[in-house]
Amino acid sequence: MSDATLDGAQPRSSLLVADPRTRKRNAAEARFRAYGLGAIVISMIMLVILLFTIVTGGVGAFRQTYLEIPVALDAAQLDKNGNRDPADIRKVLTLTYGKILEQSLQQAIADKGIAVAELSAKDVSNLISKEASAQLRNRVLADPELIGQTVEARVLVNGRVDGYYKGRVSMESAARDANTSPAQLQLADALKAQGMLATEWNWSFLTSPDASDQRPEAAGVGIAILGSLYMMLVVLALAVPIGVAASIYLEEFAPKNRWTDIIEVNISNLAAVPSIVFGILGLAAFINFAGLPQSAPIVGGLVLTLMTLPTIIIATRAALKAVPPSIRDAALGVGASKMQSVFHHVLPLAMPGILTGTIIGLAQALGETAPLLLIGMVAFVKNFPSAPPDGLFEPASALPVQVYNWTQRADPAFIERASGAIIVLLAFLLCMNLLAILLRRKFERRW
Amino acid sequence: MKSAKLTVSALAVIAASATVAAARDQIQVSGSSTVLPYSTIVAEAFGENTDFPTPVVESGGSSAGLKKFCEGVGDNTIDIANASRPIKESEIEACKAAGVTDIMEVRIGYDGIVFASDIGGNDFAFTPADWFNALAAEIVVDGKVVPNPHTKWNEIRSDLPDQEILAFVPGTKHGTREVFEEKVIAAGCEESGAAEVLKAEKGEDEGASACMALRTDGKSIDIDGDYTETLARIQSAKNGIGVFGLSFYENNTDKLKVATIAGVQPSTESIASGEYPVSRPLFFYVKKQHIDTVPGLKEFAEFFVSDELAGPDGPLAAYGLVADPELATTQAAVADEATLAQ
Repeated sequence: MSDATLDGAQPRSSLLVADPRTRKRNAAEARFRAYGLGAIVISMIMLVILLFTIVTGGVGAFRQTYLEIPVALDAAQLDKNGNRDPADIRKVLTLTYGKILEQSLQQAIADKGIAVAELSAKDVSNLISKEASAQLRNRVLADPELIGQTVEARVLVNGRVDGYYKGRVSMESAARDANTSPAQLQLADALKAQGMLATEWNWSFLTSPDASDQRPEAAGVGIAILGSLYMMLVVLALAVPIGVAASIYLEEFAPKNRWTDIIEVNISNLAAVPSIVFGILGLAAFINFAGLPQSAPIVGGLVLTLMTLPTIIIATRAALKAVPPSIRDAALGVGASKMQSVFHHVLPLAMPGILTGTIIGLAQALGETAPLLLIGMVAFVKNFPSAPPDGLFEPASALPVQVYNWTQRADPAFIERASGAIIVLLAFLLCMNLLAILLRRKFERRW
Repeated sequence: MKSAKLTVSALAVIAASATVAAARDQIQVSGSSTVLPYSTIVAEAFGENTDFPTPVVESGGSSAGLKKFCEGVGDNTIDIANASRPIKESEIEACKAAGVTDIMEVRIGYDGIVFASDIGGNDFAFTPADWFNALAAEIVVDGKVVPNPHTKWNEIRSDLPDQEILAFVPGTKHGTREVFEEKVIAAGCEESGAAEVLKAEKGEDEGASACMALRTDGKSIDIDGDYTETLARIQSAKNGIGVFGLSFYENNTDKLKVATIAGVQPSTESIASGEYPVSRPLFFYVKKQHIDTVPGLKEFAEFFVSDELAGPDGPLAAYGLVADPELATTQAAVADEATLAQ
C-alpha cells in the first residue's frame, strides 16, 4: 500500500488495454503459431506433391490395353504329327505361336478392311506384346483340343501403344521413337474404332510376375506382394515372441543394475543402426555361414526381424511401463505370483501398446530396401514361390525392391510400373497403420 | 542377454531350416547391369519354352558378380556371372582358391557405347580427340601441357556447336567407364598427338595415366547410378551430353539425340562391321562344376547363344545387342563345355 501507485506516475495496467510487454508476449505467441502452421502447411504441400506425382505416374499401371482377335490355331504348325501328344506339342516354341498371332492379326486387319499400306509386316506384328505368344502357348498346352479350332484371344498390346492410350506416348514422340511409329498408332486407333482394342482395368498388375525388359506391359507385382507377405510372416513369427519376451523380462523381472542399463542403451542404439548394416550381417551370418539360399524370403525375414526387434522391444517396454503399479500391487496383494501378475494382469493391459508398436515395426520392415540388396532379393524372379513353409526357401522378390528394380530399366513404361508398385506399397502401409490406430482405439484404457 | 537370445533363436531357425533347404532347382545368375536385360530376356524365354524353372537373375555390376561367382562351389553360390568385361587373372586366381576350377567363358555379343544429348539440342559430330580435349584434366596446347582451358565445345573445334561443355560419364564402378577411358579418352589422346607430349614430359607410365585423367572442375560429372539417372540429369540440364549403352538409347530415341563418332552413326550394323569404334564384348561365365547338380544349367547356356536368341534376328539383337559374327564358335564351345585355359 504505497502511495506511489496512487500518484499516477506509472500507468496503471488494465485488463482491457494491453501494455507493451503483453503485446510483445502476444506477438511472440502469434509468431510461434504461424511457424507451426507454416511447418504443417509445408509438410502437407510436400505430401500432396509426392502423392500427386506418384498417383499421376502410377495410375496407368492399373489400366492396360488389350486386343481381341480370332486366332486360328493351325494344326499343321502346332501339332505336326497330328496325334495331340502333349510331349510333341510342348516342343513347339513360343516363336511359332508368335507367328500364328501375327498371321491372325493380319487376317483380322484385312477382314475389317483397315488399310496398313505404310506399315511393314514387322510393325504390324509389333503391335502385339511378346508376352502374348507365351500366354497362347500355355493355353494350348493346358487344352490341346484347341488345336485346329479358331479361338478368341485377348492379348496384351505393345507397351508403346498401351502408353499412347494412357497419354505417355504422343504422335510427336512416336515420330522420333525407334520402337513405334505414328502409323502404328493410327492402326491401333483404327482397331479401337472397330471395338477390337480397349483399355481396361488391369488386375494382372497385382497378380502377375515380373517381366523382362522387352515386355513392360506384362510386368506385375504378384511375386513381390507374395515375397513381402512371406517376409512379414517370418518377422511376425520371430520378432513378436522374442521382442515381447525380452521386454517383459527386462521390465518386470530383471534386476536394475549396470548390466541391464548397458543392455537398455544398446537396444536403443540398435534401433538407430542403419538398416544396410543388418543386410551385411544377414549376408555373413545367414547365407555365407548358415548356408541358407539366396533371394529367399526366409533370409529377408530374418534380417528384417533383427531390424524390427529394437522397435518392438522399445514399444513393448513403454506399454508395460504405462500400466500403473497399483495393478501389479493389487495382484501381488491377493496372492498372485510375480508371473501370474504379469501374464494375467499387466500384459493384457499393455496389449494395445504392444500391438501398435508391432504393427508400426512391421510397416517399417515392409518398406525396407537396403538390407535386401545384399541378400539377393533384388532379382528378376519369374516363378511364384510355393506355399509356406517350402516357399520361404524359394526365390522371391519384395515390393520395395521391385520399385528399385523397375526404376533402373531402360524402357520408360517401367517408370509407370514402378509408380504403380509404390501405390500398392503405400496402400499396404496405410492399411497397417489404420489397423494400428483401430486396435489402439478399441483396446486402449485410461486411468 | 539379447544377443545371446538372438543367436539362439537364429540358430534354432537355421537348424530347423537346414533340412528343408534341399538342392535348389533353379539357376542363379548375378552380375553386370549391362548384361542384365539380355539375361532376363533369355531367362524368361527359357522358362516359357522349357520345363525348367525360370532362372533368377540379379544385377550388381560385373565385379560384384564375379566376386560372388568365385565364392565357391555349392548350392548357396551362384551358377552364372554376367560381365561386361573379360574375367581378370586375379579373379581366376580367387576362383581357383575357392575351388571354382572349371569356368566356361561365353561371349554373347557386343555392346556399343553412344554419346547422346537432349532431343531438342544441337547436333554433334565428335571424334575421340574432341572428347579428350573436352574432358581431360591436362591437354596439350602449342606443344605445352596446360590444365584444360576449354569451357565450350566450339573452342575445341570451330565446327562444333557453341555450347557449354557438360558431360555425364559413368562412375568408376561401372565396366562402361573402363571402355570409355580406353576407347575414347585414351584413343583421343593418341589421335590428337597429346600422348607423345605427355609421355615425353612425364615418362611412359605417368603419361599414359595422364591421358586418361578426367578434369574435376565440374565439366565432367561421374554418374554412379544407372543410365536412367544419366537420362534424368540430361533432361534437367539440357546442354549435357551423356554416355549410354546402345540398347538404352534405342529404347529412348524419343528423348535422346545421338552423336556420331568419327562420322559414324552408332547402330547394331555399324558396330558389327567394326566401323563404329566404341564397343565392347559382353560375357557370361558358367561354373562347370554345377552342370551336374543344377538342372538346366547347360541347356540355359546353349539356349542363350542359340541363333534364335543371340543371332542377328533374335530378340537380343532387337533389344540392342550387336550379334557376335563368331556365334557358331561360341555355340560349339558351350556344347563341348570348354573351360578357360588354366
